[in-house]
Amino acid sequence: MTVTQIKTPQPRVTRPKDEAGVTRPALSAPAGDSYFVMAWRRLRRDRAAMAGAVLIGLIVLAAICAPLLAPHDPTEQFRDGLSKDGQPIASTLLTQGSWRFPLGTDANGRDLFSRILFGARVSLIVGVLANALAIGIGTLIGSVAGYFGNPLETLLMRFTDIMMAFPTLLLAMTLVAILKPSLWIIIMVIGLVYWTWIARVIYGQVVALRQRDFVVASRAIGSPRLYTLTRHILPQLVPTIIVWGTLGIATNVMLEASLSYLGIGVQPPTPSWGGMIQQAQSYYRTAPWMVIFPGAAIMITIFAFNLLGDGLRDALDPSQKGKL
Amino acid sequence: MKKKLLFSLVGVVALLLLATWPALAETPQRGGSIVVVYKDDLATLDPAIAYDWTNWPAVKMVFDGLLDYDNTTNLEPRLAAAMPEVSADGTVYTFKLRQGVKFTNGRELTADDVVYTMNRVLDPKTASPGAGFYLGIKGAQEVVDGKATSVEGVVALDKYTVQFTLTKPDVTFLNKLALNFAYVVPKEEVEKAGANFGHAPVGSGPFTLKEWVPGQYLIFERNPEYFYGGLPYLDQVKIEVGVEPDVALLRLETGEIHLMGDPPPGSDWARISSDPAWEKRIEIQPQVSTIYIAINVTAKPFDNLKVRQALNHAIDKERIIQLLNGRGTVANQILPPLMPGYDPDYVGYDYNPEKAKQLLAEAGYPDGFETSIECIAVDPQPKLCESFQQDLDKIGIKLTINTLAAPNVIDDAGNGRTPLTWSGGLAWIQDYPDPDDFYGPILGCDSNVPGGWNWSRYCNPELHARSLELLTITDREKRMEAYKPFFKALMDDAVWVPVFNGVYTVAHSEFLHGEATLTHPEHSLRYETMWLSQQ
Amino acid sequence: MWAYILRRLVQAIPVLIGISLLTFFLVYYLPADPARMYAGPSATAETVARIRHELGLDQPFWVQYGRYIERLLHGDLGFSYRKQIAVTQLILSRIPYTLALIAGGVFFELLIGLTVGIISAIGRGRWPDRIGMFIALLGVSTPPFWLGLLLLYTLGYLVPIFPLSGASSPLHLVLPAVTAGLGGAAWYARMMRSSMLDVLSNDYVRTARGKGLTSFRVIFRHVVPNALNPIITMAGMDIPWFIGGVVLVERVFNWPGIGRMAVEAIETVDVPLILGTVIFTAIMVVISGILIDVVQSVVDPRLRYRTGSSDAAY
Repeated sequence: MTVTQIKTPQPRVTRPKDEAGVTRPALSAPAGDSYFVMAWRRLRRDRAAMAGAVLIGLIVLAAICAPLLAPHDPTEQFRDGLSKDGQPIASTLLTQGSWRFPLGTDANGRDLFSRILFGARVSLIVGVLANALAIGIGTLIGSVAGYFGNPLETLLMRFTDIMMAFPTLLLAMTLVAILKPSLWIIIMVIGLVYWTWIARVIYGQVVALRQRDFVVASRAIGSPRLYTLTRHILPQLVPTIIVWGTLGIATNVMLEASLSYLGIGVQPPTPSWGGMIQQAQSYYRTAPWMVIFPGAAIMITIFAFNLLGDGLRDALDPSQKGKL
Repeated sequence: MKKKLLFSLVGVVALLLLATWPALAETPQRGGSIVVVYKDDLATLDPAIAYDWTNWPAVKMVFDGLLDYDNTTNLEPRLAAAMPEVSADGTVYTFKLRQGVKFTNGRELTADDVVYTMNRVLDPKTASPGAGFYLGIKGAQEVVDGKATSVEGVVALDKYTVQFTLTKPDVTFLNKLALNFAYVVPKEEVEKAGANFGHAPVGSGPFTLKEWVPGQYLIFERNPEYFYGGLPYLDQVKIEVGVEPDVALLRLETGEIHLMGDPPPGSDWARISSDPAWEKRIEIQPQVSTIYIAINVTAKPFDNLKVRQALNHAIDKERIIQLLNGRGTVANQILPPLMPGYDPDYVGYDYNPEKAKQLLAEAGYPDGFETSIECIAVDPQPKLCESFQQDLDKIGIKLTINTLAAPNVIDDAGNGRTPLTWSGGLAWIQDYPDPDDFYGPILGCDSNVPGGWNWSRYCNPELHARSLELLTITDREKRMEAYKPFFKALMDDAVWVPVFNGVYTVAHSEFLHGEATLTHPEHSLRYETMWLSQQ
Repeated sequence: MWAYILRRLVQAIPVLIGISLLTFFLVYYLPADPARMYAGPSATAETVARIRHELGLDQPFWVQYGRYIERLLHGDLGFSYRKQIAVTQLILSRIPYTLALIAGGVFFELLIGLTVGIISAIGRGRWPDRIGMFIALLGVSTPPFWLGLLLLYTLGYLVPIFPLSGASSPLHLVLPAVTAGLGGAAWYARMMRSSMLDVLSNDYVRTARGKGLTSFRVIFRHVVPNALNPIITMAGMDIPWFIGGVVLVERVFNWPGIGRMAVEAIETVDVPLILGTVIFTAIMVVISGILIDVVQSVVDPRLRYRTGSSDAAY
């Protein structure tokens, strides 16, 4: 059997003239170029997405090289990290011109900059792994529900509806509270709570796909259902998975930060950005740097993944370009 | 002649006025309402159940006991007409009650009410955390064990006389009667309210509870029929809950509220302690308290004395004081400096991580081990626990911090479910000014029961026998001297790591005053003697 | 119309049952002894066992679940041991605050989001578009608790325009509502923009222009109403996320709503309160979903005849 050529999910549309009266050229490529090569070219041209990718690269680099880049041990509490009265101190760069605590210290006298660098590890690990789990479960359930029809379809999608009725954060909080917070529990819980979003999207796509010619043809010649599912349908889902794989990391980083902020994230002394903001809650008036920097780190990280994710979506499905 | 006399008279009067003016200005004025804020909601106002320093001042507003403290730590009669007659052997106490004292439902308080109250406290169905204090009364143990329904040793001799009989003399018995558990409750109201009595309390106190919206506020109003000393001065006290300390501080600055129940947060302390506008707004009272790490001696590896001693050497107490903005003093022993029986010459365990590591190696843990501590979530406790984490990390012990709400920590610690417990925000503040209060309820064999406050799960029969002996010594000086070697023995056994002695800082409006002070060594806050100088 | 509503309600029943079962299942396994919590720290083991029996906590799972459902149908969500008060009463006393916050949040969400979206769509490709979308993406990426603290710091403390805490006046609502709404605003901005672009590319728009109608009239009479259609469709997806966001905002501002209460309940392991709050919010989500569906079906009658409840069109 030859491998079915992967085509774009939607038929080509003639693009209307835009405001400037210019017809955008239909994206054509030499016949035979694979879909992914074309997508890659589009992505490369998207400056925002590239910026996002670079930013992600920097953040990953910072996380990996944290021990080298950090001026101090992130868990070490310094005598001179607190004022005489036990207050956190502001950036020594600004106050004394010294590099000792470049972004200041927290309520225990620990260096903020070092903690932010090491905090990137937690955010990235949780973001990536939890999302991988969510995609795994979501794709499984969504495609099985979409393809095999009733009664499995109703059962699984009802179950998805039930899970989705629980406010995401509230459900995650309850689960973590039951299971006691730890890095792996949090990864598992976020994955177990987030998969519903992916399942829905996959379900919709699979339902649409199962009507398509090549799928019907495959069944018509007698291929077993599972074969059709794995060989013909799943590959079509790859673009969606790539997009959600990236955007999902953004959401999961936000979830992890939220859980840490509520006190049920990774436990001390492991630095986590959300946890740092939690400690800063009563210090925001007298030590605002404790709030500003970790929060900015969260925002920049999520922003970077969103940029790349948006760019991937545009690149992989150009007819949707400019839309959500 | 007459003119001269007149002038001199006027002069004398003027001089008199000038001399007495400051005193006049300090005379409490009647009237006014105040707003007090707390972060946590009050759990209950049932005097038999309430047992934390946020509940007590409120319970004291609604109820009275036979005895109470004056502005210091001396007992004086309150519901009793006079101090009791004590028998020669020290086991029988006879009280004559004041006549004409009414509960706020109109009925007169009699000796039967006292009997009812004591029976209720000891009744296992009430599940009072204070029952343990009264086990010295004859027949109390039988009631607690469920073998009897009323306490033999508490009897109403007539309408206004009540008599207590103890199994052994106990010089602290009067102090125990002054605890809130013995505040007198009216039987018919308790039975009417049932489980809700804690939310709808009726007593004989200076205030009545007018309204309670859970999670939001409580309103107390003056009891116009209160019998004692023309108290209270205030017309109304509103306690708002759910207010974070840092916000409360700001509201105090704007004059919106009059008193903060919680100490001002560390994040603002530096600012306000150096601000002249705040001079009249802060009251600092050294607390008779020791804040400690309770070591569960039944949990491995803390059953090994050397490990416990290593822990004592490993904690950097100076850093804790720094983290507390200086609001505390390093503790080296179980008793706080203000408690009689405190030994100023005792040296204790010094901060010595090297020695700690050595002790661990001797105990068979050269590479350390893993363990956990429970801590409450209220600032600054979590950051103090993180300091311990670092201290222990330096000697090879990996510490997991479990931050929970207060009742959960108390529950876990009371049932021996955690190897280490940080008492910050919870314990141990004196119930009454006697060293036995720092042994019996928290380190004695009697309190080593499930749910008890003996978080170290410690029971040393010899020491326990000794403690009972000490309760019988009537010569106060001799007794206090005898407590020094007693508590040294406990420290030698390293049942705790005493870390610091607390300082109670209260932030209040400059217009709110107390008689002498707002705070009180026993009651933390004393509402009945508070007054406003500007309304 | 009523048939549609009825049908949606009936469809929701298995979901509601599933919610109750799942929640009860979760809390059944919470590692804290509710009987002990109820009895208090100093009760004897016998007292605790007796209380356990009285509360029915020693019965098998299904018996306890059955009793719970029975009480649920009578509006009894249980009794909070920690606070010594009925859960239903507690929730009812705090729900107005959360509803106020949600209303305020939705208001800002739509106000800011739709405006930015419209401006971006009109100025497509040019700088209003770029800036608008940049800010929108930034908004989606901003943690609400961080934003809340920053707003408190700048507009509450440095420049004291807004009060720093409390919930007693509309002014107190502004900062929390803006914080709650800002993340969602970004989402709506992007969606509105793409929806408007869809509509703008339609023939009838060009026809309207061709007829001589001014751009302004075209936009607001023809484009925006049609662009709003799919927004309403998508809005239903927003609710579970929004309620989660409300929890964070309530925590930052110490807003006395049920989100804050849920966090406290989890911190104190207050079993019935956790159970009650989670079920309550899930039911609220389901009901608001039905409401949105009904609104949609009024706007677009074709939707009434769809059989699925999941909107998987995208």
